[in-house]
Amino acid sequence: MSSYRIHGTTGEWEVVIGLEVHAQVTSNAKLFSGASTEFGSEPNANVSLVDAAMPGMLPVPNRECIRQAVRTGMAIEAQINKWSRFDRKNYFYADLPQGYQISQLYHPLVGEGQLEISPDEKNPDQTKIIGIERIHVEQDAGKLMHDQHPTMSYVDLNRSGVALMEIVSRPDMRSPAEAGAYVRKLRSILRYVGSCDGNMEEGSMRADVNVSVRKPGGELGTRTETKNVNSVRFVMAAIEHEARRQVDVLEEGGTIVQETRLFDPGTGTTRSMRSKEEAHDYRYFPDPDLLPLELDDAFLEECRASLPELPDAKRKRYIEVLGLSAYNAGVLTAEVDTARWFEALLAETAAAQGKAEAHVAKQAANWLISEFFGALNKVGRSLEDSPVSHAQAAELLALIGKGTISATIGKQVLETMFETGDNAAAIVEREGLTQQSDSGAIEAAVDAVLAANGDKVEQYKAGKEALFGFFVGQTMKAMQGKANPQVVNEVLKAKLG
Amino acid sequence: MSVDRKTVAKIASLARIKMDEEELDRMVPEFNNIIAFVEQLGEVDTSGVEPMTAVIPQALRLRDDVVDADPLTGGNVREKVLANAPLAEHGFFAVPKVIE
Amino acid sequence: MTELTNLGVRAIRDGVAAGDFTAREVAEAFNANVAAAADLNAFVIATPEKAIEAAEKVDADRAAGKPLGSMAGVPIGMKDLFATRGVQTTAASHILESFVPEYESTVSQKLWDAGAGMLGKLNMDQFAMGSSNETSYFSNVISPWRRNDGGNAPLAPGGSSGGSSAAVAARLCPAATGTDTGGSIRQPAAFTGITGIKPTYGRCSRWGIVAFASSLDQAGPMARDVTDCAIMLGAMAGFDPKDSTSLDLPVPDWAGSLDSDLRGKKVGIPREYRMDGMDAEIARSWDDGVAWLKDAGAEVVEISLPHTKYALPAYYIIAPAEASSNLARYDGVRYGLRDLPQGANLQDMYAATRAAGFGDEVKRRILIGTYVLSAGFYDAYYTQAMKVRTLIRNDFEKAFEECDVILAPTAPSAAFALGEKVDDPISMYLNDVFAVPASLAGLPAMSVPAGLSSAGLPLGLQIIGKAFDEQGVLNAGLAIEQRAGFTAQPEKWW
Ligand SMILES: [Mg+2]
Ligand SMILES: [Zn+2]
Repeated sequence: MSSYRIHGTTGEWEVVIGLEVHAQVTSNAKLFSGASTEFGSEPNANVSLVDAAMPGMLPVPNRECIRQAVRTGMAIEAQINKWSRFDRKNYFYADLPQGYQISQLYHPLVGEGQLEISPDEKNPDQTKIIGIERIHVEQDAGKLMHDQHPTMSYVDLNRSGVALMEIVSRPDMRSPAEAGAYVRKLRSILRYVGSCDGNMEEGSMRADVNVSVRKPGGELGTRTETKNVNSVRFVMAAIEHEARRQVDVLEEGGTIVQETRLFDPGTGTTRSMRSKEEAHDYRYFPDPDLLPLELDDAFLEECRASLPELPDAKRKRYIEVLGLSAYNAGVLTAEVDTARWFEALLAETAAAQGKAEAHVAKQAANWLISEFFGALNKVGRSLEDSPVSHAQAAELLALIGKGTISATIGKQVLETMFETGDNAAAIVEREGLTQQSDSGAIEAAVDAVLAANGDKVEQYKAGKEALFGFFVGQTMKAMQGKANPQVVNEVLKAKLG
Repeated sequence: MSVDRKTVAKIASLARIKMDEEELDRMVPEFNNIIAFVEQLGEVDTSGVEPMTAVIPQALRLRDDVVDADPLTGGNVREKVLANAPLAEHGFFAVPKVIE
Repeated sequence: MTELTNLGVRAIRDGVAAGDFTAREVAEAFNANVAAAADLNAFVIATPEKAIEAAEKVDADRAAGKPLGSMAGVPIGMKDLFATRGVQTTAASHILESFVPEYESTVSQKLWDAGAGMLGKLNMDQFAMGSSNETSYFSNVISPWRRNDGGNAPLAPGGSSGGSSAAVAARLCPAATGTDTGGSIRQPAAFTGITGIKPTYGRCSRWGIVAFASSLDQAGPMARDVTDCAIMLGAMAGFDPKDSTSLDLPVPDWAGSLDSDLRGKKVGIPREYRMDGMDAEIARSWDDGVAWLKDAGAEVVEISLPHTKYALPAYYIIAPAEASSNLARYDGVRYGLRDLPQGANLQDMYAATRAAGFGDEVKRRILIGTYVLSAGFYDAYYTQAMKVRTLIRNDFEKAFEECDVILAPTAPSAAFALGEKVDDPISMYLNDVFAVPASLAGLPAMSVPAGLSSAGLPLGLQIIGKAFDEQGVLNAGLAIEQRAGFTAQPEKWW
């Protein structure tokens, strides 16, 4: 792997990156109250008396939030702490009704784990291990709206108290690409596990990006933390900008201030956050409203047993058992939705053709990646809202597999399926697209083509064998693509001697 | 250990309690008396002693993931949530404008 | 007929049930006493209509032959720390002066469900921080008691449940709720010649009670005698899934199991509580208690609680630390006072609101709590205090291998005069020297009246029990009550 370097006036610099990812735990109710976690509700509708920190209100933890964090920890092969605690992080802000965030500092639920990333998508075999320091569970804050009133900010507590997992990496990343791959991989695992929907646009996953620079192999530099970056692209852009900025500051003889910064997606730059400038003293201490969290073996066993096959294992299986290429296996397993779709397609394709999955896997994978994704792209849809279901796709693949239609006609049929939503067989029938293997009809067509192109036949016979493809094409054209290409080949070969 | 006036002022600011000079004058000696009093604890040998985690030993109960199971701790009570607000507009609490 | 306001919980309940008088008559009689006792300043707000409304419901239920609750027809005072739906809940502070909760605390709800009615919200030390009820924003409560020296110096009713103690002692209510963080039920009970019990931590739900120090706060009853306390505690206690520290245990029938025969029981006398310079009258009262318990059949043994000396300093780290965080929510954003000076930003608003809304003692404790949790000091103060707390609990566990209950004075002196200790926080704190250890260990503890000092003021004896053994505490309390023959009442001057 070539190293990412920033070229400064004094030489090359290395960037050191650590990420703290906040992932909203998938749950119906909040971490410590029964209010809904639903996105996009009326302001302050999903707020209980507990979330508003009314006097005398108390927190009671939601089992599902703990369970999902434990399952996530297991998915990154992390140590699960059977004894953990909640602590209070004290600070004053209008989005923090209690005046403290219930979090876990001293005894997090999940300890050390790791994630394997492939920073180069074209090179899935080139991997790197990124250490994960911990995952702790904590409350999300509310939201401030600054643009609704000239002199006031408005406070919406709907998100206040929603469960978050804070996933803290080690400073193991050395390039924007690695950080991007890390966030993508983490998001993929969260989605596989089902512990977070990974929807960065809605804020259910966001990253605090810690960046420092140093001369390659030198001492760690002072880091800055760019808060709440909410897309993979922005994470990479923030690192790129921040690393460049730090190099410029250092090379001009300045020093890096350890501070909190904000990423501006509009300009792709980071800037110091004025409101958080004041040095913080969070006065963490164990939340006296809560007892230590102790997990028993039955709970942990259920968490483990409910884990699905994870992307790395799946990719391996696709290569070794299904015989897919490393690239295809990587593409199909990167997102759980893709893998699920592929596996449904595979099962239905195998059933429709009466073959083992391993025998149709390549066909299904190639077709899905090169044809179906392209068709989806064209209409700007994703697999989830694909106008063609996997059952419909499997029927189409079976028609191709059995030779009822050619692959070329298959593409045309797929297009029609996207337009009309009709089944493949109906389209083939309606439009008379069934492949012709009848050698009589094909012979007639070949004869016509050869007769019309006497000069080319001469050239071919004189040794210009590349013209064979031309004759195939002309024959297919004459038969509107419906001729079985194999039969066309055979007839042509016989006729041309 | 005696705590100086600057430290008390810093603590007051951390606790978001505005204190004028006169109040600080009063507070500093009181603060120091109390700190001196509690510092007796330094005498106690606590090596090998675990800090208390639960006064009555019991484990944390976890609740089911059900929305609004108990109306007292559930959502959809915006009127109740906003009922005592010093200033609420359009369903929001309103505070002086914050610049982030 | 006896004057209704001289009756206690059991007598009222049984009288109502028997038809000797109606609940409405009882409520009216106490409403009248409350209205006539403005001089005591025991109530922050009276709610006579609430008392009548509850009484009428009980009378109607009785007429309809419906079963009546354990507190049916008993009007009570509610410490203004309990959230009461539709009725101001201030914690005796300016910052919550305008606060009217949209919810009812679990404990008060249980009392209403048991048939009790509310006479009003009782004055207290602001946010329950104080031992004399002199930190209330709504001015001091004056004890109904006076010294027999003819000086008429206004005396402290104790704190923080000072409104509760004064109101019960003055017959403004037959019983009242209290909360105890470091003695706030027991010390005011002792100062006013009434009975009060703090149950095991977790017996009474903290949901809806304005928090002071979460790991210490416990609600409990304050009443005329042990039986009334047992009845009322039975109504207040019980598992609450809304409070993570609530004990998931059935509530025993304490009142039905009261038994003052202490044969076979051992009473521990902690050596370390007999401190140098102990008030001779307190020492004598303690000796009386020993004699009474022996008379009830108990064996008396000396025990040791070696870390007693460190309980108060540990408490004055732990309680302020928790309070500094618990009181951060009073910020002028969602409820309560907002002070928004011209041109102030959000953080200025917080600082101004909290400066205007909190009293001196509250500020003092928030600052101490903030300091002991701050970076660089946390381990030396807070962690050390929590370790000492472990040692204190271990002391009790060891002691309870040798005895069933512990007998000690409730407070180091009889009630002091208002103003006597306000300028010296430490001497005020020392008032809770005997009460705080049981709080730190989460143990049930009660104060029962044991006699009068030479100045004519009540003295209390404290019984501390094993965790969950409220029954043992109540039984020993009953044995003392039966032998102390405490019948003294403050002479009515208000
Ligand atoms: Mg962070
Ligand atoms: Zn966080």
